[in-house]
Amino acid sequence: MAQVMLRAPLSELCGGRSHAIAGTTVGEVLVALEREHPPIAGWVLDEQGRIREHVNVFVNGIHGEERTPVAGDDRVHVLPAITGG
Amino acid sequence: MTELLVGTKKGMFRLEGDPRGGFEITARAFAGQSVEYAMRDPRTGRYLASVTSWFYGPRIWITDDPTGEWEQAKGTVLPGDDEVDPAAEFSGDPDDMYKGALNRLWVIVPGVEDGVLYAGGDPGPLFESRDGGLTWSLNRGLWNHPSRPEWNPGAGGLCLHTIVTWPGDPSKLLLAISAVGVWLSDDGGATWRHSNEGIVLRYLPEEARAATAEKPQHCVHNVRRAPTRPERLFMQFHDGIYRSDDAGATWVDVGTDKGLPSDFGFPIVVDPADPDSAYVIPLIGAEDRTTPGGTVRVWETRDAGASWEPRGDGLPEQDAYLTILREAFDTKSEGQALELYFGATSGEVFGSGDAGATWSQVGDHLPPIYSVRTA
Repeated sequence: MAQVMLRAPLSELCGGRSHAIAGTTVGEVLVALEREHPPIAGWVLDEQGRIREHVNVFVNGIHGEERTPVAGDDRVHVLPAITGG
Repeated sequence: MTELLVGTKKGMFRLEGDPRGGFEITARAFAGQSVEYAMRDPRTGRYLASVTSWFYGPRIWITDDPTGEWEQAKGTVLPGDDEVDPAAEFSGDPDDMYKGALNRLWVIVPGVEDGVLYAGGDPGPLFESRDGGLTWSLNRGLWNHPSRPEWNPGAGGLCLHTIVTWPGDPSKLLLAISAVGVWLSDDGGATWRHSNEGIVLRYLPEEARAATAEKPQHCVHNVRRAPTRPERLFMQFHDGIYRSDDAGATWVDVGTDKGLPSDFGFPIVVDPADPDSAYVIPLIGAEDRTTPGGTVRVWETRDAGASWEPRGDGLPEQDAYLTILREAFDTKSEGQALELYFGATSGEVFGSGDAGATWSQVGDHLPPIYSVRTA
């Protein structure tokens, strides 16, 4: 399973910074993450299943999107986007 | 003691005090997040806030103590979560990306029945709670209205910002959406009808008005009901002030040629004791949206809009170019003891304890103010 790494406030709502989550794409992993941790339902993905505009997801340090493949040992970071100066 | 719940770009502030003795900040919550609206349910004493995280989206939070923990409400989501394959091909068009996603929650209003609350948001959804605000469901009658494809947003988005109940009758509801118009329901929200007869769309070319009068493109800014005469309503329109004496079926212009410096503005409030009363805060509009001539004035009618008088003793007289947003004006009590409070995007809060005769600044140096509600 992929290791999903979170920061506050998501980590606080999920009870920790690191979570082992199953899925073959970023989209599947995030859907599973929100399903396993209901307090963050809708925080990362919007109602249409898209990653929110100001949330960034990285797979092993490379920016990913919903369709990006995820393998068993991958590290998936979910971060607030750095926007502005 | 009056409690002011002030929603700002950087969190919610609670101010406590009275207009003569001054106010102080006694709580802050949601630091760094936009609090579009915060209110206290008078039936339960619970606080509800609509909060939009720049990163993680909008939701409603509830607490009994605004200095303590807040509980996240459930259900303020739009259809689609279980209908879309997250791995599906995405067009890349931002308009497609966010179609159907909740952008903001504008307002939370207590219903008539115990435990019932309503919330309105962007892009035009109405949510209803029957358990005091812990869980919410989407009103499908409005969401699935066949005219929805014709709805277009105003400058603030496609926002359902006004929810007006009828005292003692939960079946009657009035909504307003920018820039769509007024909606009425007589069956508790199961069905809705557009109701904008009499409103003149001066922002359209004159020759286009007749052909478009029936279309849902009315930029209503705010509506308040006179509680002792509930068929009477006052409306601040995009460029006009209107009154209805038939529960919103028709509207008459009460703002033209009445001496008002502008008929553009956002909020409107009434004295609950006087069905002939209304208060507005004119702004130069629609491009400027600041207080006319750098002078801050609240304008009052006590004859149902036949005449308007400025109230400004204690308000800034010059070099004050303030913007007061739609939800940033509220009242407490009534009659001679009517208290009035409004906040500006420049962070000031002003209050009156004598129905607008005199004013004082009761808050300052706050972040840009989105809403002010009394408790």
